[in-house]
Amino acid sequence: MSQFTISGSPHVHGEENVKKIMYTVVLALVPAILVSIYFFGIDAVRVLLIAVISCLFFEWVIQKYLIKGPVTITDGSAVVAGLLLAFNVPANLPWWIMVIGALVTIGIAKMSFGGLGKNPFNPALVGRVFMLISFPVQMTSWPVPKPLFANSLTDAITGPTALGLLKEGLDAGKNIDQILADPSMPAYLDRLTGNMSGSLGEMSAIALIIGGLFMIWRKVIDWQVPFSIILTVFVFAGIFHLIDPEIYIDPVFHLFTGGLMLGAIYMATDMVSSPMNISGKWVYGIGIGLITIIIRMWGAYPEGISFAILIMNAFVPLINYGFKPRRFGLVGNKK
Amino acid sequence: MIALKTFKKGGVHPEENKISANSPIQKLAFPKQVVVPLGQNLGTPSKPLVKRGDEVKTGQLIAKGESFISANLHSPFTGKVLKIDDAIDSSGYRRPAIFIDVEEDEKWEEGIDTSETIIRDIKADKQTIIDKIKECGIVGLGGATFPTHVKLMIPDGRKAEYLIINGVECEPYLTSDHRLMLEKGEQLLIGIKILMKALAVERAIIGIENNKTDAINHLTELAKQYAGIDIQPLKVKYPQGGEKQLIKATVNREVPSGKLPIEVGCVVCNVGTAVAVYEAVQKNKPLIERVVTVTGKAVKKPSNFLVRIGTPVQMLIDAAEGLPENTGKIINGGPMMGKAITSLEVPVVKGSSGILLMKNEESKRGVPQTCIRCSKCTLACPMGLEPFLLAKLAKLSLHERAEKEKIMDCIECGSCQFTCPSNLPLLDFLRLGKNKVGQLIRSRK
Repeated sequence: MSQFTISGSPHVHGEENVKKIMYTVVLALVPAILVSIYFFGIDAVRVLLIAVISCLFFEWVIQKYLIKGPVTITDGSAVVAGLLLAFNVPANLPWWIMVIGALVTIGIAKMSFGGLGKNPFNPALVGRVFMLISFPVQMTSWPVPKPLFANSLTDAITGPTALGLLKEGLDAGKNIDQILADPSMPAYLDRLTGNMSGSLGEMSAIALIIGGLFMIWRKVIDWQVPFSIILTVFVFAGIFHLIDPEIYIDPVFHLFTGGLMLGAIYMATDMVSSPMNISGKWVYGIGIGLITIIIRMWGAYPEGISFAILIMNAFVPLINYGFKPRRFGLVGNKK
Repeated sequence: MIALKTFKKGGVHPEENKISANSPIQKLAFPKQVVVPLGQNLGTPSKPLVKRGDEVKTGQLIAKGESFISANLHSPFTGKVLKIDDAIDSSGYRRPAIFIDVEEDEKWEEGIDTSETIIRDIKADKQTIIDKIKECGIVGLGGATFPTHVKLMIPDGRKAEYLIINGVECEPYLTSDHRLMLEKGEQLLIGIKILMKALAVERAIIGIENNKTDAINHLTELAKQYAGIDIQPLKVKYPQGGEKQLIKATVNREVPSGKLPIEVGCVVCNVGTAVAVYEAVQKNKPLIERVVTVTGKAVKKPSNFLVRIGTPVQMLIDAAEGLPENTGKIINGGPMMGKAITSLEVPVVKGSSGILLMKNEESKRGVPQTCIRCSKCTLACPMGLEPFLLAKLAKLSLHERAEKEKIMDCIECGSCQFTCPSNLPLLDFLRLGKNKVGQLIRSRK
């Protein structure tokens, strides 16, 4: 008999594989990791390590002992989930909260749906929102950054985020000019480079954008999702700013504060939980942008991108059903 | 630099590997015995006219295309019919074929001009051309093997505006069309002129990918003598050789779903077909040979051969200095759409464009992993389909839904599977789905 392999075409394969995609994301996160270490020193390293190791550990335990199937922790998806989870918490978060967050991320949001590729919601965001609701105090006491490997920050002063300041100020009846004049409000340049209070990874918009451009170049993400989110936030916030600059802050402020860049570039673009088609990606991005701004302006929380992404995640199957790619040869030929 | 024309939607860029591009077309020695399959064209197989023991001359009609979509078949050699029996072909199935014992001493059928003289003057009129093409058994040599004379019969109410000649050769490795354009440029252009006359069109466009600049320059120079023929360089992108993609790339028209190119006023022919048309109409020579590339990373002498139909693949491989020891897969055609063959006895047929030998380590597929919903397949699909979804629908036997999602528009180019980071056998499932949906559609009639 024939000793040759028989299989259907195509007989060649491109260079893409799951591992490569996941580690490209990890590589794209490096600038933001370095920035977080620069500002929060050893605490940032601690939080990142705890998050990544716990995510890997839980995935291993679940795959090996609960599912009793193949262990795929080397595919890099758990590393990405761990890094993104760590990016969403303050640098002084107690270790045990981080571990619980990782358990929710991997155990509930990812593995209970069947593991990689099956989860309807972004696992790191589910973990983050779980921690935010369960441990609101620890999750919202942000250490003030102390550049260049200062001493441990556990006893350092904590300060509110820029968005937190905005919300408190507005609640206290101040107008935008008074809020911006507050000495603890970070200056524009600091907002861009990340020298302000906030979660680990949402610090530096520049570092996140560099990583994002790298991922777009390597075709790991499409530009449509981050672009449509950022554009929607800018336009929507801009309209209100024009209507009443006393209560509504300028749109650029919204772009470079809070988790917007982190969410738009790294969380909303998660392949598994975002739409499959280009038109759908626009709908999804615009939806996230709108919900984010609605929560920021009128919601109870100062920041809304996590909720916005999770809400839009829930619509993804519907978006996939409703927004198809343009079929070749169906122009003016619809049945 | 101006951006080169190409089709807009989807597509991939596999490694080109055109390692046999500089090897001129060589004639192959005669085999002792040939197997001429009866089903070499798309449509109904030809009906044999000879029987066991008959003496046949080279170029003699040995099987006739009787239904509308069918083609004549001619003896590629002089010899004696040994038997008509089933033989394994490139599909892997055993199908009826005519076995011929070849005689060294070649006798051509009368009336065939075997000289190398180029006849430029086109005397035949429209109907004579179509009849001649039918008589000589010309089919699309790009691989689809659709009978050419059927293509040239324009249905009532339609008019052809453009003849588009496919010199794209977007399949990696293959160079048979490339060599043909370089070595038989003039015959090609006369063939195109003949086709233009048959279709009554004023313009013909030869689409060639920009990795064949020598062919582009050569034909551009020659085409100065031939009014109405333009050479269109195209950006290198797979599957540009697909009929619908080529029409989009050259004249920016979109063939409607489920329709033929004539719907948008185009007729597409491969360069090999145009040369065969020249030989049929000007030299009265039936289609009994074609250019076949023998290639592969481990092949000692990657080559292009002029091969008579029916020659076993083994002979081509021997002529390229033998089967490399670590060969893991033999493909009839290119790496994207070719078929893996089971045996070296498989004969060359009208649709064979190349024999690709893959090394053992290249021949195995990656281990399929879970779909990570990256949407790369959707972006790569030149037809705007959702391969991940269609594969799943096929798996779940949801054929009505698959039909609605346009599974029948799939051209089986393999771009989805090529690009899939999870190594999923998307095209395997799409083929299954197409097959089932096809049955479903036929059952309604």
